[in-house]
Amino acid sequence: MKFAVIVFPGSNCDKDLYFAIKDGIHADVEMIDYRSKSLDAFDAVLIPGGFSYGDYLRSGAIAAHAPIIETIKRMSALGKPIMGICNGFQILTEIGLLPGALIRNRQNRFICETVDLKVKNNQTIFTNEYEFDQTLSLPVAHGEGNYYCDISTLKQINDNNQIIFRYASDINGSIDNIAGIINKAGNVLGMMPHPERALEEMLGSDDGLKLFQSILKSHMNRVNL
Amino acid sequence: MGLVKVYVTYKESILDPQGEAIKSAIHGMGHTSINDVRMGKYFELNVDNNVSDIDSEINLICDDLLANPNMETYRYEILEDAE
Repeated sequence: MKFAVIVFPGSNCDKDLYFAIKDGIHADVEMIDYRSKSLDAFDAVLIPGGFSYGDYLRSGAIAAHAPIIETIKRMSALGKPIMGICNGFQILTEIGLLPGALIRNRQNRFICETVDLKVKNNQTIFTNEYEFDQTLSLPVAHGEGNYYCDISTLKQINDNNQIIFRYASDINGSIDNIAGIINKAGNVLGMMPHPERALEEMLGSDDGLKLFQSILKSHMNRVNL
Repeated sequence: MGLVKVYVTYKESILDPQGEAIKSAIHGMGHTSINDVRMGKYFELNVDNNVSDIDSEINLICDDLLANPNMETYRYEILEDAE
């Protein structure tokens, strides 16, 4: 299985993601420039955290118009796994692959700490190695991680079981403590916490590793069908 | 050349923490009669005079880039023959 890590100007979690794949789950991975137009060689796309284009205009707003985006949309339509973490999540909402938006934290401060979240759906290609309702300890680092959507969208994502992770407590004002959601088709995940920074007990937590293992296992199961 | 002024703000239903912070600073200055502050963004677009359907073009730009319709709303005014 081969992963692409998309690198925008201002991405800063790209190398963490690269090593999560290379050393965490020992799969193939390549860093791909935002000006590329082909992802034909890849089975999955990872959009890293950071401050693409300096968060100018809105987080993710300029990246949403980068050349690689049309290709990512085509990959999504083909059902390939696409995951955006932090700024990657913001970009996925800006390009409409995920509903809602990430607005400024209610407390108006950047949060950088390790928080608890719960796995609310483990029947996905991203979470099948976790237990339902399992508590994960993952780092967050964001100023605009307050998930917002309107009431009808909230009902839809609840009804379709699209809320994958919820914070154990309210850390930033996110509606219903939403920390991560998936699209209706089940192949696009966005989350604010950083699983790629939680791969080794030595560094505080290895709760993020199973997310990458889930993607790999799902892919292998499909290939071996 | 025509000038288009675009104003983008959070929707009424969205809490604006920057606006809240500015409001409390204003109150700290003693201006307690200020009840609410909403912070927004302002853009000036210089446009060719020969654009056939300026409204639909501006709406496209606002919907696709300048504003995020999930959380923001916008309005604009077109000033003809601005220097």
